[in-house]
Parts: sequence; C-alpha cells; structure tokens
Amino acid sequence: MNFLRVTITRMAYAALLLVAVLILNFTLMHLAPGDVADTIAQSAGGIDAEALEQIRREYGLDQPFIVQLGGYIGRVLQFDLGYSFFYSRPVTDLILDRLPATLLLVIAAQILALTVGVVFGVISARKPNGIFSHFVTLASLVGYSAPVFWTGLLMLVMFSLILPWFPVAGMRDVTIENGNIFIHTVDVARHLVLPMVTLASIFVALYSRLSRASMIEVLGSDYVRTAKAKGLKSNQVVYKHALKNAISPVITLAGLQLSAIVSGAVLVETVFSWPGLGTLAFQSIIARDTPTILGILFFSSLVVIVGNQVTDLVLRLVDPRVGSKK
Amino acid sequence: MTEPLLKVQNLRVELTTRNGTAPVIDDVSFELHAGENLSFVGESGCGKSMTALAIMGLLPEGIGRITAGSIMFDGQELTELSQERLRRIRGNDISMIFQEPMTSLNPVYTIGEQIVEVLLAHQSISRADAWAEAATLLDAVRIPKARERLKDYPFQLSGGQRQRVMIAIALACKPKVLIADEPTTALDVTVQAQIFDLLRDLRQETGTSIILITHDMGAVAEMAERMIVMYAGRIAEIGAVDDIIGTPRHPYTKGLISCVPHVLAHVTDEKQPLTEVPGIVPSLREFGKDQCLFASRCQHRTQQCLTARPQSVNFDGAQSADCWHAGTL
Amino acid sequence: MTDKPTTTDQSAPVTELLDEPIEKARHPFMEAWDMFRRNQAALVALIILVLIIIAAIIGPSLYGRDPFEMVWAPFTPPGQNPDFILGTDYLGRDLLAMIISGARVSIIIGLAAAFVSVFIGVTIGALAGYYRGWVEEALMRFTEFFQVLPTLLFSMVIVALFGASLPMITFAIGIVSWTAVARITRAEFLRIRELEYVTASRASGARDFKLIFGVILPNALPPIIVQSALMVGSAILFEAGLSFLGLTDPNVVSWGQIIGSNRTYFLDASFTVTLPGVAIFVTILCISLVGDGLNDALNPKLRSR
Repeated sequence: MNFLRVTITRMAYAALLLVAVLILNFTLMHLAPGDVADTIAQSAGGIDAEALEQIRREYGLDQPFIVQLGGYIGRVLQFDLGYSFFYSRPVTDLILDRLPATLLLVIAAQILALTVGVVFGVISARKPNGIFSHFVTLASLVGYSAPVFWTGLLMLVMFSLILPWFPVAGMRDVTIENGNIFIHTVDVARHLVLPMVTLASIFVALYSRLSRASMIEVLGSDYVRTAKAKGLKSNQVVYKHALKNAISPVITLAGLQLSAIVSGAVLVETVFSWPGLGTLAFQSIIARDTPTILGILFFSSLVVIVGNQVTDLVLRLVDPRVGSKK
Repeated sequence: MTEPLLKVQNLRVELTTRNGTAPVIDDVSFELHAGENLSFVGESGCGKSMTALAIMGLLPEGIGRITAGSIMFDGQELTELSQERLRRIRGNDISMIFQEPMTSLNPVYTIGEQIVEVLLAHQSISRADAWAEAATLLDAVRIPKARERLKDYPFQLSGGQRQRVMIAIALACKPKVLIADEPTTALDVTVQAQIFDLLRDLRQETGTSIILITHDMGAVAEMAERMIVMYAGRIAEIGAVDDIIGTPRHPYTKGLISCVPHVLAHVTDEKQPLTEVPGIVPSLREFGKDQCLFASRCQHRTQQCLTARPQSVNFDGAQSADCWHAGTL
Repeated sequence: MTDKPTTTDQSAPVTELLDEPIEKARHPFMEAWDMFRRNQAALVALIILVLIIIAAIIGPSLYGRDPFEMVWAPFTPPGQNPDFILGTDYLGRDLLAMIISGARVSIIIGLAAAFVSVFIGVTIGALAGYYRGWVEEALMRFTEFFQVLPTLLFSMVIVALFGASLPMITFAIGIVSWTAVARITRAEFLRIRELEYVTASRASGARDFKLIFGVILPNALPPIIVQSALMVGSAILFEAGLSFLGLTDPNVVSWGQIIGSNRTYFLDASFTVTLPGVAIFVTILCISLVGDGLNDALNPKLRSR
C-alpha cells in the first residue's frame, strides 16, 4: 500500500522533529542562567554551597551535557517533563489539565476561520469586481492588521460590556452546580464564542484572501473551461470542479499557520482568561517557572506536529497527485 | 441545398482590455452543413478560438461579448438563448475539445467520473449505465483496457491518451457539431497523426460535423472539405480546400501555404520556394481599423490597402477572398 | 479635397515603413514607481507611513512631555482636558506622549527584527536554492523545524530565559520569523539558477559567491522585497504581543506595553487600550497596503496584464 507507506514515513519524520524540539528545549534550559538547583535553593529560601552541590549531584547536573540530554529525553518519553516548584506539581499533570481548553479553542477557531474564509473567498471569486468582493478584500486587510489581543479587548467592550451577551472571562460559570451535560456544554460554548471569533479573525483574513486568489485562478483554468463546455450546471462547475482544486493551497496554508494559531491562542487566552496552555505560559513566565515554560513549548510543538500530520492526510485525500510519484 | 446546421452571420465579438475595446471577431459569416468538416486556419491570436468560444457561449466573462450578428444552430438563435438553454446545448448538441490536453482534464477526479458526469448532465441514465457507457466510449477512442483505466487520474495518462479522453467526453452525447480547437498542437508528431485518424474515423461512424481549428495546413488538406483563413479577426479567404490550396487568392493564404512544402507537392507538381510570412500579427489596438490589416506584412500593398477595408471578391462559386488585389494576384 | 496627399494615387505601391513609435527603455525602478503610483490606496498608505515615521523621529522632542511622568488625574478621558488631548492612563501619564514615544520603539524593533529575519531567511534560502542536494535537504529540514515551533511561545521562552532587553527582543522576533523568507528565496533561486544568464556567468568563470550575491540574488529581489515589507508589519505586531504580555524592556514605552499595562482597567477606561491599538492598527494597515502596492509594482506577471 502506497498510502500506508507514505503515512509511516511522515510519522517517522514527525517523531524526528519531536526529538529535535526536545534537544532545543534542553539546550535552552542549559544555556539559561541558573539551574534547577538554584530554583530549589530559592524556593527553600537560601541554602549553603555544600547543599547546593548535593542537589546538583542528585539531579545529575554534574554529568556531561550529552548524558544529561539523554536522561532528559528518556524521562520525557516516560511523560516526565520535570517538576514545577512554583505550582508544586509535576509539569505533565499541569499541562494535561490545561491542554483540552487550548485544543478546544485552537480547533474551533481553525474550523471557523477555514469555513468563513473559504466561503468568503469563493463568493468573492465568482464576482471579482462585485461589492462583496471589495468588502472581503477590505475586511481581510482589517482582520490581518489588527493586533489580536486588541481585537479581543474590543470584542469584550462590545459584546460583554455594551451588549452583555457573552461572559467576560473564563471557560465555565462556577455558579452552575448540579447542571447536566447539556447545560455545561451550552455554558462552555457561550464562553467559547468571543475567544474563538477573536482568534479566527486573523486567519479568516488570510484564508479568504488566498481562497479568493486561488479560486479566481482555478476558475480561469482549462479544466474549468472543459467543465463549462460539457454543459454542467454553474454550481457544479464552481463547487465540484473548481473548489476541490482551489482548496488545496488553502489547506496547505492552514497547516503552515498552525504554529501561528497556537501563538495567537496564547494572547487570546490571556485576554479572555481562558484556562489553557497560554495562560499557564503567561503565569509561569511571570513566575520564572522554567520547567513549565519548556514543557509548554514541547507540548505546543507536539500539537503543531500532530496538526501537520492531519493536514497532510487531508491534503492527500483531496488531491490524488500529492504523495504519489509522477 | 438543405438548410445549414450552423449559420453564423456578421458576427462581431468585442474584447475589453485595459486599453479599451477591440473587435477580436469582425463581421464573420459562414455556414456549416451536417456531416461537413470545416477548418479554420490562421496564426495564433487571429480569432479562430474566439469564434469557437462565441458559438459555445463561453466567451471570457466580463471581458468578451457578442455585440452584433447571429449564430443560428438547428433553428435556434444561440445569441438570444438563456444561459440555461445554452448549457443544455453545450456538451450535448455542440461539444468542444481543446488545445491543451495536459491541463484540460480536472486533475482531482478520475477520468471515468469526468466522462460519466457529462452523460448524467444531459441524459436520463442511471449511474451504473453511465459507467458502462463510459467504458464503451473509452474503448471507442482506442484506449486499451478501457474498463480498468476509468479509475485512473489524468496525471497517470500520457498527453495523447488525455486528448483521447477529451474526445470521448466530447462525443459522449453524440453531438451534431464537434469543435476541435488545435487538438494536436501540444502533442508529439506521431501522436498527432493518430488523433487525426481517430477523429476522421469517428466522424465517419457518427456523422458529426467537425469544425477543426488549426494552423497546420497539412491537417486541413487531409481532413476538411471547406476552409476559412482568418486574419486579425476577419475572414481573409473562404472556400473549398482544394480550390484554396490550388489557387490561393489572398496574399496571406499564399504565405501560409508556402510555409508548408508537402501540401503543395500533393496538389500541384511544380516546386515552389519555401518561404515564411514576414512580420507579426498586428496588436489588438489595430483591430477594427478601416484598412487591410494584413497590409503591414504584404508585399503587394498599395495606398488603397491602408485607407479602406477590402471587400470580398468572389471566384467561380464558393471561393472568395477579402483583398483589394485578389483578382490580379 | 485635392490637398490630401495620401489620396492622390490609390494604386501606387507603398514601400516606406509604417511609423511605429518606439518606446524608450526606462530604468526598472522608475517603471516600478509608475506602477506603484497607480495604486492610490498604497500611495496614501505610504504617505501616512512616512508621517508616522517622522512623528516617531522628531515627535518626542517636539511634544516634549515625558511619557513616564505622572501629570494629571488617572483615567482622564480624551477631550476633557485640552492639555491632554488623548487623556491619561491608569497612572495619570499623558497617553499622547506615550503613543508618540511608543512609535519609536515599535518601529525600531519592527525594522531591526525584520532585518534579522530577512538576513537569516535570505542566507538559508539562497544556500539551499543554489547548492541543492544535501545542503538544500538539510537547510529545508532545519526550516521545517522552525515552522513547527509556536513562534510567540518560542520568543516568550527566549525573552523569559535571557532577559527582556531590546536587542534580545529583536533577536527573539527575528529568529522565529525567517521561515517564509527562506522558502520564497529558495523558490526564486531554484527558478533563476536555471536561466541562461546564470549559465552564461558560470561559463565565464564566476565563483559561487559572485553567482549567489552578484547574479542570482539581485534578480530574486522583487518577491523578497515585498515579503520584507510585510515582515516589518508582522514584527511590529509580534513586538506588540510580547510587550502586551509584559515581556518588554521596562525602561521604554511601546504600543503593546501601553495596552498590556492598562488592560486590567479597560472595562472602566477602554480608551487606554483602544487608542494605542489604533496606532498599531493604522501602522500595520499602511504597511500591508504598501506591501500590496509593491507586489503589484514588482511582479512582472501582473504587470503584463
């Protein structure tokens, strides 16, 4: 099976990327001023030099770089990302607590941005000089130019303060106690709307712009002319023949934007106090909690890598040429 | 003579560019009879393809439009039909194959799907029957192991095979007219001959009229009964293929013919020197001027050619040429 | 009607050449500028951008008020006191003074970080596109690795670990933003290295260095220039994001930092976050429009339409 072989190759490559992230992580930790022993010493309120050496030996900090690196990678493979002295919890636990909220936000925003972006792009490409097309061009410029945290704050002013439609912060209403699943779902959804729309706004701009350009190009292609010459209905020409081709570059771009979306999520989470990895990163940076920061960097890279695999798979399903040798 | 299948009269198509509008087709009239093969000849950019697209109702949206004239097909005035009525004629009664087989098939669908959908669009036929029919069609255009190849994607086929698939799609609904726009230009010489053979055979089997657009005089001599030489959006010369190749009346036709040695060798026995037509096709800005547009490249030009558009000069029966000096050359 | 010389003899052969005005060859920069000028939005954006840059250079000394000094009651809304047209922030500092002062930092970091990322991106893209083979393979894998790292988080980590000085912030932004430039440069190099004039230079004995920087790079510049212009915009956005999170040099004011420090109170005094945001928004919008204009002006494929 060709499809299977390609998939396995890609996954092996993804695993290699992950190891590279780990090496980078460890190098950064190594280069940064101060080590775990210093942190422990600080949280203990000052220790003498001999005790410090003791701790260094215990944690293997006196070993050569390579040995320490090997140990680090080995521990990470057992899901041990170290211990947060600030939160007094293992970093893995901390992150796994926060990961679902971030995933929910990132996936919801990505789906929203792709849907709206492609729909805008297709509609405006069908009439490239129409009013709607100009509106899309303008809106995408605006969406791209506004800093996402500012958009978020404006959203809050508009839709929480002036029009009190949505909650100001958080992911769920703590006053709801004995609700059933349905009530909780609605509650989370209400909290999700503003952060999701805010995060999506940047990417709607990018996707609609590219879909429009890609669609205009495809609509002028020879095979769309063939489809018209066959006497197919206009909707069939646009949605069956043109869109399936025009969407490939948009999916590729969406894959490339994954790391930007995760980055944007950090800012959006901070604005809306969304209890995800972003707020955790923000708090642990203020607290100088290095193991947690690096753990988040690792996990968010993991999210991007997995996302890339999914993108790759979708791309191969849409376009039979991708991944098969000519 | 019976009523022609397709009758184009005084057709004018204007193209809007950044530098204003230009008539890319200027006062073109011709007839196509049932079962006939009519060829359009001329250099690129002289309006051959535009004529075809105008008949198909596929002029580039917002850029090109028919501003005058009539296209009568099978008793219907195509220029006045609604988009929906035109759609039902396209691919059904009139179909078209294009110059670029490499890019004319949709890369993300199997060729089977692309043949089947034209059948489903115009005939009340079940999906299963359509697939069976598609295999028959692919067999008819001489693609081996037709049934298996239906599941192939275009990128798995060679250029010649793709053009065969295009022909299968075009002939799927047994059209009355097939327009072939430079069907072999992008293909290897050996494949070109095969495609022409195929078209000729299919025409004999189905009785479809063919409009062949080409700049290959050799192909015209072999394939067509009548031909039209176009230059800068206008008809330069029209008539029976044998007449025109035997005694070309328009200096441009002469130039085109003398580019191809074997055409002359076939028809006449005297050997003429092989030449080329000097210069290039005028730019769109020149189109529509009240003068002979070929004048800038013509060695016989006179002052008259630069100040007035030539009128048609008829020669015994069907042949006529738009040149002030057609009678004397 | 006899005074018309052309109508005297209709059948006389015409042998002289028809007059064809020959267009003069112009400098490509002038041609690009002509193209750019046609795009009115880009032209207006360029003018606004120049005004913003002038304001950033001479504004602080011209306006004369210290952005750190507490001068009036906190949260004075805009328009209430004519001395403080844009009002004051949560510490009673003049918001206009802060925005003018912030322009300088935002623009300097934007330019410097864009320079860093373009420098890295062009170097890596050029080497990959020129040498191909295993060099290209290795460099492109390296690029993909950087695409996987969430950009903002990675710069947050760098700034958090190594300190929030302006050079470190510039580096942290530059090191995460070069991948797009590298991909574009590589694609251009792969295309141009096969062209005849490159082969000709190579045949005449030019060394690799000369071929890369003297022959191919100048011809690869148009898309790189457009991308660089856009890089400045995204670097400014990036810096705003970092300083919004508090990862900035505490001794200087920047636009994002004004918003970040005031955001706790934004439900009561939304102008303290709205106004500096407008400054960022307008600047980025202008850069995007100028980038679009440059794209139209420098892209020969579009020009021939």
